[in-house]
Amino acid sequence: MISPPLLYALIMLAAPLAMVVTFSFWSQNYLDLDTTITLKNYKEAWSKPIYRVLILRSLNISIMVTLVTVLLAFPMAYFLSFRVKRNKALWLFLITIPFWTSYLLRVFLWKVILGYNGVLNSALMGLGIIDEPMTFILYNLNAVVITLAHAWAPFAILPIFVSLERIDRSLLEAAEDLGDGPFRRFFRVTLPLAMPGVIASTLIVMIPTVGDFITPKLVGGTDGLMISNMIQIQFGKANNAPLGAALAIASMVIVGSVSLVIFIAGRWFRGRAQ
Amino acid sequence: MTQNPIIDIKNVHKSFGKVEALKGVNLRIEEGEFFSLLGPSGCGKTTLLRMIAGFEEPTSGAVIIGGEPMMGIPANKRPTNMVFQSYAIFPHLSVSDNVGYGLAKKKMSRSEIAEEVNNALAMVDLVGYGDRSAHELSGGQRQRVALARALVMKPRVVLLDEPLSALDKKLREQMQIELRELQQSVGITFILVTHDQEEALIMSDRIAVLFEGEIAQVATPQTLYQQPVNERVASFIGVMNFLQAQATESADGGLGLEIPALGDVAIAKAARPEDLPAASIDRIGVRPEMLTILFDESDHAECESEGVVVGASYYGDMTYYSVQLPETEELTTVSMRNTAGRSIVASGTKVRIGWGADSIVLFS
Amino acid sequence: MRLTRFLSKNWLLTYAALYVAFLYAPVILLPLFAFNESTIIAFPLTGFTTKWFTVLFESTALHQAVKNSLIIGVVTAVLSTILGTCAARAMVRFGFPFKRGIVSFIMLPLVLPEIIVAVALLVLLMQLGFPLSIWTVIGGHVLICVPFSVAILSSAFQGLDKNLEEASLDLGETGWGTFRRVIFPLILPGVISSLLITFTISLDEFIIAFFLTGTDVTLPVYIWSQLRFPAKLPSVMALGTILLVLSVLLLVLGEWFRRRSAKQQGLDPASGGGFMQ
Repeated sequence: MISPPLLYALIMLAAPLAMVVTFSFWSQNYLDLDTTITLKNYKEAWSKPIYRVLILRSLNISIMVTLVTVLLAFPMAYFLSFRVKRNKALWLFLITIPFWTSYLLRVFLWKVILGYNGVLNSALMGLGIIDEPMTFILYNLNAVVITLAHAWAPFAILPIFVSLERIDRSLLEAAEDLGDGPFRRFFRVTLPLAMPGVIASTLIVMIPTVGDFITPKLVGGTDGLMISNMIQIQFGKANNAPLGAALAIASMVIVGSVSLVIFIAGRWFRGRAQ
Repeated sequence: MTQNPIIDIKNVHKSFGKVEALKGVNLRIEEGEFFSLLGPSGCGKTTLLRMIAGFEEPTSGAVIIGGEPMMGIPANKRPTNMVFQSYAIFPHLSVSDNVGYGLAKKKMSRSEIAEEVNNALAMVDLVGYGDRSAHELSGGQRQRVALARALVMKPRVVLLDEPLSALDKKLREQMQIELRELQQSVGITFILVTHDQEEALIMSDRIAVLFEGEIAQVATPQTLYQQPVNERVASFIGVMNFLQAQATESADGGLGLEIPALGDVAIAKAARPEDLPAASIDRIGVRPEMLTILFDESDHAECESEGVVVGASYYGDMTYYSVQLPETEELTTVSMRNTAGRSIVASGTKVRIGWGADSIVLFS
Repeated sequence: MRLTRFLSKNWLLTYAALYVAFLYAPVILLPLFAFNESTIIAFPLTGFTTKWFTVLFESTALHQAVKNSLIIGVVTAVLSTILGTCAARAMVRFGFPFKRGIVSFIMLPLVLPEIIVAVALLVLLMQLGFPLSIWTVIGGHVLICVPFSVAILSSAFQGLDKNLEEASLDLGETGWGTFRRVIFPLILPGVISSLLITFTISLDEFIIAFFLTGTDVTLPVYIWSQLRFPAKLPSVMALGTILLVLSVLLLVLGEWFRRRSAKQQGLDPASGGGFMQ
């Protein structure tokens, strides 16, 4: 029974990934592919400042986005799990609804909200809180972070919510019974037990965020461009697929290792707390 | 024993990886019997039942049902039907559709199926429940539906996997009797798996006791209780006291027993198990109800001994006393019926214990 | 005073309300600007109109994109649900060598950035000389949808008592008959959830479609091309509004169906989570 989906994944995922890896060791000769194995692309990716800057910036943005998203999501998940008594399913439903609209449109709408003549600025000016439009909220990093934190909200809330739901409520009563106040109880029992969910949401948000290119393109301006935009350019206008492949692999390896560190750190934290 | 048992299990072994679940089981079950497989959890009784049903294949050996070897024959082609521990009532179907599920495969008209289903429901006392959905039923009713669903198939053997374990005590006791009566009226062979020795004793014609993948004893309930083959079976079925003893051969072919805790007694040749040399006896068994506390000076028994009451557990109808007998470290349990005018003996009281030759259980 | 006291006592509730407002902020704007008369997407609103919707009905390029997206969505939903059913059943019911590795591999697209998936498929197709079409998009979409389908269906299979299958076999039914009469009806809510979700994901997916589509553009690719022209924005808003209403309807329908069948089976309809467990 496992074979059809496995076969599909092998053909459609393993083969292409293997292809990308091979590609990254080839090079582009104007219109032809030079299939001699070379490290040229990786050298170029590392030595040209533009690529290095973009990769590091992407990593930086995705870590920031992840931090903001998970920190914002945790109280919400906590609220859903511990405060909502009835209609939990309805609340979950409510949270996911906005995400069934087109991703493109949601990103675009943030541009509308954050823009110079945008909703936020015109509303704040109308209320007399500011005199002239704020410019630091669009076409820069801030805009990218806000937009992505919004885009990945349910993916951060749900894993944390699930792990909070799994906590045996009598454990919390036991902690209280043994003399822990609400804060000590939260840090000594609730948080360590919710850690698998926090790690899961961190990874679920961080890894795909690195690969996003719509958000930086629409709201990021030049300061907010990320590596994916460059990958897209290499595959498109620049017509240098091997370099694009090398950039993709390089960024995946970096994100992969950061994820691994986070994963191990999370394990370690949980192990210590127990 | 008849020549053609309905079920003949020949030297069956079953391994799951490195775990050996059944180690050479031989068993013959007669047509029309209510047969129980009794043992602690993990003894292989459920594996054996599932093997008869066709959900497991033996690693070696043969399962023969009605004279036909069942090797390679899947569950859906065997003349057996099962009542599952969880009942496995199809939650998306009504009671009638559950009961009629297996009939759909048989070439029957709609009205014939309806009639069979109604008959089966009547058999288990569920007339009028046909349109209910599964989740509207109580535990006892689900159990009846599962039974009707098996019986309607007119199998040669009905297999029951701990069918009563999910019910509360009162209902369980009622169902034990009902199930037994139902089996007697339909005359189909029932094979019951249970870990509850009381249940097995109440319901069965014969019982097989299994320990760790091996059959320890196959016998009627009475034989099993009165003449368990070894100490393990003895302590699994009911309560048994074990006492040190020494035996000598007597001239008439019987045995002379010296039991330090109780005294001396002679066992007649008829009561002595065959092939049991006196030299091999070092312990004997005594059931708590086979020892009596002699309350009155005037009470006398075949043999008498003395002991001190150390504690008492009150069960309502019975009281179980822990008694310190002479020259024994372990306490001996003595059960007494709480009849009128009898009060509970206080701890520390010295009592006379009455017993006899037929109180003694010898193990081969 | 009263307000501050309320806020300090119910800070978590206040936070939740603000958070939900943040989640809904962009979505609320969609219908506002869809019915706004001005061509410029900014406040203040200038007046009510439905003309942006009429524009939509006249665009043949849009119709073609919608048609492509629907075909891709339906085929993707069906294929990934079938594959997801196989994988989920194997995962829940059977043990097999390298199970963990195989399962994680199938679930991998869930965490892989879409651009990687898209680029990888593009490279392969280029090398094989395979022309880009809606079928290449379907191939990519099935890949990223199967993990969702597996996640939904494995919880459906987990809720299935193994004894039910055995009971069916025991009553003389064949393996296929058991699937048809017992397993399928019981996992049907999961199957429908899976179809709905994978359809919605496919309908909304942009990056893979952007890389793998040939001349047959999908709806998100069409929208992307429209975002560059400010004059087209109000009608894009109108389109977004229609899509929003449609997906909410689909989801409500799916949820209603799931609850109804849970009720039929006597389960607690509120338990077991919604679409995204």
